[in-house]
Amino acid sequence: MIIVFVESWNNQFKKASFEAVSYARSWANTAGCGVRAITSASAENASQLAQYGADEIATLELAQTGAGIGAQLAGLVGDAQGVVVAGTAVGKIVAPTLAALTSGALSTNTTGTPTSTSPVMVERGAFSSKGIETISLNNGLPIISFVPNAIGIKEEAGAGTMTSANAAGADKLTTNEVSVASGKVALPEAEIVVSAGRGLKGPENWGMIEELADVLGAATACSKPVSDIGWRPHSEHVGQTGIQVNPNLYIAVGISGAIQHLAGVSASKTIVAINTDPEAPFFKAADYGIVGDAFEVVPQLIEELRAFKAAN
Amino acid sequence: MNILVCISHAPDTTAKINFTADNSALDPAGVQFVINPYDEFGLTKALHIKEAQGATITVLNVGGPETEPTLRKALAIGADQAVRINATPTDAITVAKSIKNHIQANAYDLIICGQESIDYNGQQVPAMVATFLDLPFVNACVGLDINGGSATAKAEIDGGHASYSCSLPMVVGGKKGLVEEKDLRIPNMRGIMTARTKPLAVEEGEGGSHTVAVSFAKPTAKSAVKLVPADQVNELVRLLHEESKSI
Repeated sequence: MIIVFVESWNNQFKKASFEAVSYARSWANTAGCGVRAITSASAENASQLAQYGADEIATLELAQTGAGIGAQLAGLVGDAQGVVVAGTAVGKIVAPTLAALTSGALSTNTTGTPTSTSPVMVERGAFSSKGIETISLNNGLPIISFVPNAIGIKEEAGAGTMTSANAAGADKLTTNEVSVASGKVALPEAEIVVSAGRGLKGPENWGMIEELADVLGAATACSKPVSDIGWRPHSEHVGQTGIQVNPNLYIAVGISGAIQHLAGVSASKTIVAINTDPEAPFFKAADYGIVGDAFEVVPQLIEELRAFKAAN
Repeated sequence: MNILVCISHAPDTTAKINFTADNSALDPAGVQFVINPYDEFGLTKALHIKEAQGATITVLNVGGPETEPTLRKALAIGADQAVRINATPTDAITVAKSIKNHIQANAYDLIICGQESIDYNGQQVPAMVATFLDLPFVNACVGLDINGGSATAKAEIDGGHASYSCSLPMVVGGKKGLVEEKDLRIPNMRGIMTARTKPLAVEEGEGGSHTVAVSFAKPTAKSAVKLVPADQVNELVRLLHEESKSI
């Protein structure tokens, strides 16, 4: 059995939650076993996980923090052949907690499904996307935390038997406050990211970036210098020491493309660079480029995209 | 107050990464090593706490003798003493066990790690250390206030922030925001001189491993960029729809 932790927020699944089930299904198919999903969502809501390949869906009350959830999962893994966790903010705590408690073999930042099952081998991002490591999970329970968006969601019917589970795991932190911006696409799991840099000349010019993101249903991001000088919040800083993203489409406006920035975005499937400087290093990393003034190109792009969206 | 800052000896952010001829490991030739940037924010935060309320700061690295210059740099920046755990950092769980052993033999009120190192990008060690020691853990920590025996911490979560409180000792997986970029310090001459005489202890660590790095590869290079004239933005939209199928 492959066990998958399926995160939910206020009984709502995220895209990465379904992707986690798809990941587990793919692994289980190669290993020749079933998929057991574990979630705190209501049974009614959780039943939809069968569409992505869950054979058994166990619901239970989960702790509030990743450490508490990891401890609960440790009590539920039994003789599982493997565990899948999406690399969300919570998942990044759940997976190493579980590995420490079970003496497991953990791969984080995993970018693909297992290439071998005995021992389990996967590819993962290393050296801030400057390298790809093939890692063998050869000693202990194999646990895989994957990068959201790495494999995408695939529909495949599972048996979907509903059960309930019980496991203890206490939170060691008191949660004082949780604030999540509503209506905004979260950066790490965004399918499209619109990012801008110093070429925008000042924080007052970000309106068109937000508008472009809005048209595309994208998350907004920025370069390191821009967050360092306080034009944009740190939580938008994409790069080697910021958030690493791997969207389907990354649009960089007025960002030169320093090696540290490219490290955070090079896993994007398609990259568009818009820059006045034809020598900007970003053009070497991009699939498409426009050499031009952002203040002229971006408004046109918004207009063209609106027309495209209206026609399609 | 006793603070432990765990430091990773990592290639500089501008380093070009190459692998050995058999692709089994990083080729360190020509690579400048630095204090892992995430840990540098943690070290600076420890200095701020020390300056505000007094503390002894110990910096620790798990690695061979070649990592000692990185620990000396941390001493030059202002840490009081250093510990090198003499073990090959084969994987996160083994490193975390070595750190756990050191913490159990010493009394720390606060353990600060960077949320990840920029070499293997594991984001595993801090959570594992906290788990082994049954201590509260805050990951992606972007704000920390210490009040006597307790702490309030701000963390980045998907799409927002959370605020937590807990009693000490605790483990933090920190990043920028713990302190700002402008707060980072460069060692001055006096710091470099005194760092030479500050204690650097060597302890033995755990062996074994749960995972094996089988091989490394570089990402495949992109084909040449397709440039679209600035007055033909509609062509870009067409390409994104029909060719790359991004929209």
